[in-house]
Amino acid sequence: MTDTALGAIKLTASDEMESPVRRALRRLFKRKGAVVGLVVIATFILLAVLAPLISPYEPIATSWSLVRKPPSALHWFGTDELGRDILARVIYGARASLLAGAISVGIALSIGVPLGLLSGYRGGFIDALISRITDAMLACPFLILAIALAAFLGPSLGNAMIAIGVSATPIFVRLTRGQVMSVKVEDYVEAARAMGNPRWRIALFHILPNIMPALLVQATLSIAAAIIAEAALSFLGLGQQPPAPSWGSMLNAAQRFLTNAPWMAVWPGLAIFLVVLSFNLVGDGLRDALDPRER
Amino acid sequence: MLNFLARRILQLIPTLFFVSVLIFSLQQLLPGDPALVMAGEERDPDVIAQIRQQYRLDQPVPVQYVYWMKGVLSGDFGESLRNKVPVRELIAQKLPVTMQLASMAIIIAFLIGIPAGIISAVKKGTAWDYGANFFALWGISTPNFWLGIMLIFLFSIKLGWLPASGYVPLTENWRASIASTIMPAFVLGNAIAAILMRHTRSAMLQVLESDYVRTARAKGLSERSVILKHAMRNALTPVITLGALELGTLLSGAVLTEQIFSIPGFGKLIVDAVFNRDYAVVQGVVLTTATIYITLNLIADIAYVLVNPRLRA
Repeated sequence: MTDTALGAIKLTASDEMESPVRRALRRLFKRKGAVVGLVVIATFILLAVLAPLISPYEPIATSWSLVRKPPSALHWFGTDELGRDILARVIYGARASLLAGAISVGIALSIGVPLGLLSGYRGGFIDALISRITDAMLACPFLILAIALAAFLGPSLGNAMIAIGVSATPIFVRLTRGQVMSVKVEDYVEAARAMGNPRWRIALFHILPNIMPALLVQATLSIAAAIIAEAALSFLGLGQQPPAPSWGSMLNAAQRFLTNAPWMAVWPGLAIFLVVLSFNLVGDGLRDALDPRER
Repeated sequence: MLNFLARRILQLIPTLFFVSVLIFSLQQLLPGDPALVMAGEERDPDVIAQIRQQYRLDQPVPVQYVYWMKGVLSGDFGESLRNKVPVRELIAQKLPVTMQLASMAIIIAFLIGIPAGIISAVKKGTAWDYGANFFALWGISTPNFWLGIMLIFLFSIKLGWLPASGYVPLTENWRASIASTIMPAFVLGNAIAAILMRHTRSAMLQVLESDYVRTARAKGLSERSVILKHAMRNALTPVITLGALELGTLLSGAVLTEQIFSIPGFGKLIVDAVFNRDYAVVQGVVLTTATIYITLNLIADIAYVLVNPRLRA
């Protein structure tokens, strides 16, 4: 009986000593789906970084004698309409997709979070103005806004990233604003204010760290959406320009040769699916791991 | 209720104003002289001067906006540079095609998403639940343009059951029309079915734990009756309104789906306009899409209040 009671006390003490980050990581690693997602993402990041070392061929090297060859020992994923190795293009294509996911969400975060903080913390006219602009942007469907922006900016991977980033910004403004509104009435924020901290300091050092979990979950899920959006823009010819490899533009080319070379469509699509699925799995896992109601 | 309606409609005015400013501002993103960019390959000074005059590009930007807005308010979105047809006419031609596709997609999404969500919640923790959750993740993670290509390969090229592309209007031949739109509608509905499944599952799980469901069970009602008559009716109200809000996903999806299946709808109109540098059409399509989206949001909000007596007071 005494042993059990002591054990319980010990467990509570070790629980209290555990930092929030460590606890979240422990919970995240308990979720099989999230772990699988993390492994797949890490694999694709490695493929993208080490592409010149891993790739069996140059992604833009054409060969007229190898046009549309089915998968073989020499070309595991087959070749495309210009005789380029599809495996090499899928490996190099990971660069465009992952970069687009990370940079677009980086843009959305770096514009959306400060605006959301300002809107939620200051309130008044600034809040009303930012909220109405956010509503207006949210009224334009994400991909349609991204297509329109990319169309006016001009087709390129850089402009596609800007277009996707700007289109994803209102989600972060709204999320940050909502989170700030609920956190700013907490006692510790009141205490920081009572101690005479300036507004910017309270927003950056007392509010922002406490709304990070929600932002992290949204950022992970938004990377998944941004990767699909980049592939969609490249598919339409508004993203990565040929001959540079991109999963979206590979699918566009594949569509024309579906009867004779279906393998051209299988691999880039599967790569998009796997990466997006993995980010969604990690996002779902993070949401559960960072939820204070979860035990 | 009237107060709510008036407040909600008043809120639309600033949103629509900012939407119009946002869409008008797109034109300012054009690099260099907009008249030259809009003219494309055309280098005839008369054509460039005509474009400059047509879009009032020689006037200050706020003045350009006022003229553009005046036109929009009277239903004039400008003229397509390529087809020399009013943008309004192009939109009126293409919108019904996308609406048919979208309606079929929504029906497919509800037919798959809601039963999957209910089964998943009722059989929580079983293989059914895992299967439905996997389906939802699959639906959310599959790029619809890839799914479309794969379905064309399977059903059109391999099996020869359905046409790979093209569109037949419903009024011309309803069988051929459904055959030409069923695959794209499934592609579009698939992602929404996944989202609906998740909403239905969480709403059902919440309702199944409520007191009145416990009471219904305690009264000795059959499980079927508890689920279908008591739980489902209450769980589905928010799900249906949430479903209406997925129109944005639907319209975004239509852009790619129509491109893959060569369906001459709204989505294809914007893509063709982008490549033809037909900026008036791009602006017109985005503005119409945003207005439809805002209106459907309003209808969903009103419907939610109407079916929820607690909010009506």
